[in-house]
Amino acid sequence: MSELRLTVNGGEHVLEAPVGTSLAHVLREELGLTGTKIACNEGHCGACTVQIDGVPRLSCITLAHTVEGEVTTIEGLREHPLVEAFVRSDAVQCGFCTPGQVVSAAALVAANPDPTREEIRHAMAGNICRCGTYPKIEEAILSWQD
Amino acid sequence: MARLIRTEKEVEGRFEEVWIVVEEDPLEQWPAGPLAVVGRPAPRKDGHERVRGEARYTADLKLPGMLHAAVLRSPHAHAKVRRIDLAPALALPGVRGAIGPGEAPGLAEEPGFSGAAVAAVAADTFGQARAAVEAIEIEWEELEVVIDPDDAVRRELLMAEPRHYARGDVEKALAEADVVVEATYRTQTVLHNSLETHQALCEWQGDALHVYISTQYIWGIRQAVAETLGLPEDKVRVVCEYMGGGFGSKNGPDEYTFVAAELAKRTGRPVRCALTRREEHTSAGNRNATIQRLRAGARSDGTIIALEGEFTNSVGWSGWNASTEGPMRMLYDCENVRTVTYGAQLNTPPMKAFRAPGFVEGTFGLECMVDELAAKLDVDPLELRRRNYASSNDGTPFSSKNLEDCYRQAEPHWERRHEVRARSDVVWKRGVGMASQIWYGGGGPPSYAWVRLGSDGRATVITAMQDIGTGTRTAMAQIAAEELGVPLEQVDVVLGDSARGAYASISAGSSTLPSMGPAVRAAAADAREQVEDIAEQRGLPKDTPLQEIVAVLEESQILGKGARGPNPAGMSVLTFGVHVVEVAVDVETGEVQVERVAAIHDVGRIVNPLGASSQVEGGIIQGIGHTLSEARLLDPETGRVLTTSLDAYRMPTIADVPEIVCEFVDRPDEHLTNLGSKGLGEPPIVPIAAAIANAIRDATGADVHELPITREEMLRALREAQQRERETEKRGAPAAV
Repeated sequence: MSELRLTVNGGEHVLEAPVGTSLAHVLREELGLTGTKIACNEGHCGACTVQIDGVPRLSCITLAHTVEGEVTTIEGLREHPLVEAFVRSDAVQCGFCTPGQVVSAAALVAANPDPTREEIRHAMAGNICRCGTYPKIEEAILSWQD
Repeated sequence: MARLIRTEKEVEGRFEEVWIVVEEDPLEQWPAGPLAVVGRPAPRKDGHERVRGEARYTADLKLPGMLHAAVLRSPHAHAKVRRIDLAPALALPGVRGAIGPGEAPGLAEEPGFSGAAVAAVAADTFGQARAAVEAIEIEWEELEVVIDPDDAVRRELLMAEPRHYARGDVEKALAEADVVVEATYRTQTVLHNSLETHQALCEWQGDALHVYISTQYIWGIRQAVAETLGLPEDKVRVVCEYMGGGFGSKNGPDEYTFVAAELAKRTGRPVRCALTRREEHTSAGNRNATIQRLRAGARSDGTIIALEGEFTNSVGWSGWNASTEGPMRMLYDCENVRTVTYGAQLNTPPMKAFRAPGFVEGTFGLECMVDELAAKLDVDPLELRRRNYASSNDGTPFSSKNLEDCYRQAEPHWERRHEVRARSDVVWKRGVGMASQIWYGGGGPPSYAWVRLGSDGRATVITAMQDIGTGTRTAMAQIAAEELGVPLEQVDVVLGDSARGAYASISAGSSTLPSMGPAVRAAAADAREQVEDIAEQRGLPKDTPLQEIVAVLEESQILGKGARGPNPAGMSVLTFGVHVVEVAVDVETGEVQVERVAAIHDVGRIVNPLGASSQVEGGIIQGIGHTLSEARLLDPETGRVLTTSLDAYRMPTIADVPEIVCEFVDRPDEHLTNLGSKGLGEPPIVPIAAAIANAIRDATGADVHELPITREEMLRALREAQQRERETEKRGAPAAV
């Protein structure tokens, strides 16, 4: 066990966790933030995406003790206009990948509020959706400011 | 009055006769077209919960004292456990229990595929359980491995008797045909890859077992768990409020449920057993590979007079012999058809239903062959399909069929082919292809729903069904709102718990909406009639808003109940559609890009056009993966899965998505239920592979015969086409265009 200090969604946390614990595990199991999903647990699918200092990161392959910046999870983005855009556009089917999609999309629009379709496809290609909501995700991101 | 009737039930193309109790007062169908709520686009009722990460999936549930199970899986495709010692595992920190072969259903002493469950450990953390599994001492006796499906068929290693079908005289018709085509098509094994892996969390409360599970069939889990464990069904409670995808793979309980139940019993603690992604790739089921040896004969006027197919399904160690021959039997009005379907039992991971099992694979073969026939006959592919239009299902009338309307709506998309081809250049060849779709999706009884109406004018639909992500809550709320005459916002839907609702249909076989929708409408109608009775007693005019009528109720509630009636007797309930696909093929590298897909489907009444378009897009995108990039690969020597991760098994990303145009023939099936709706989950994945392959032929003249259409397969087909062209030129005939 080793001390772990994390800033998550603006709140400070000091906890104990074995070295080698993933950020995704800490968020879900220790902090109860289950909006961050684990679907592959090896960095291939994007379901576990969080932001560290605004940059999308795969929390399932990020060691919790190495995190230095501020972590933002879907729980910290619940009031983001993208949420409404995703619902309005039907950019959700089973919803298991969706929080990760929103976290990636929020990082994209923070850096580039009016992304083109190509830029959306580039930024979102790391988030797999097996239900195939991609066209609706594109629409949601294109219309997030409406 | 309750009526006991005998009726035919169909799920995923498999039929059985069942007794059902129905007590529905027949309701007249609503008029066609958009109504006040039904037929209008509605965002998901549970959209915010899912998007905001608030929805609780099985993966998110945590019970006090919960343990985590890990499973020891066979590294061998076929072997016998000679000796196993669980003691070293039990000695490790955090370990609370361990079970071996025979100690829970699904733990095999003689595993028949690499990845089959053999033993399991429960520990305080998953990491501890995993480490303990590694510590189990086990000695194997390796057994003979059968992987080649043709070899299995030769040796009669089959899941069931071969399935034979025949009408007319195929030999005679082939002899009389002006044109005959013959080809072998192969489709690969693909994985469902639901993002939430297969998992269950089991807890005993007294003699009752509570099963929290990611499932497509709450009541099927209840029945199967009760039967397997020898419990009364009422002692098994099954809960699934949200689930992260299934696509056919989550219809049954499987070993992880029984492992969790047994370890929970032994430890007296709740136990979660969740597959890892890598286990998902070896042990959670797949769409089986097929070999399809086909022949077709036609007269020069384009009448298809003979269809013949020998189909081999590589079922694997368990599963069933899906109806790969179905499209050949049903899609065209051909007098002479003969098929035989073998289900090879192999030492490979199990087949499970995957979004229109059999028909996806069979449509690829059949619809590619029809286009090869069209090319030989020099008949337009759309025209050839129209000339052979089936007016009945082998003599049984369709409850409704509007495929002709789909074809008509497809015409403007089909017309684009001249312009699309003209955009070809030296490297990128462009073309347009089409394929038709036939599949089931009629749903059926039994299915029940209740509607609870309070004095605030809000209604709650209660039924113990599941929403697998297709927008079930929303469609059910729309139907209830329409029948009650209240806004959609005033209707909630409570589902997902066998202890807190009536029996509900499986969410598979595109049956959710056609099975449950009519029951919900009947329940809402029952509630509405009670409201009308109250209005009459209060002397209120008939058109008084519901809210005003029920306002007097205070704490009283109106409870409506409804049941799904039978499907129309003596009729085939089927779904139809057509896809028109535009592709670009790089003839130097063999790269294929799908640029545009127009999908026109005939599935009866559309309840939610927004959700329906999402189903179509999702099916097409999953189908593009099936067609171009996905393949579960095995080591041919050992039978071990090589593609165990998502970087090896390549599913479409947002960057792979073409332009998708989605249209419907939105016409209620007048013979089907009080709703007239069929299912839509599966139809969109059925024709896409053949439509892509046919577009490739249009673009390049090359016949692809194998999925996935890798660059190797594409280049092989291109070389073959060039060879054919050279031979034709040598013979002095005009070169094929």
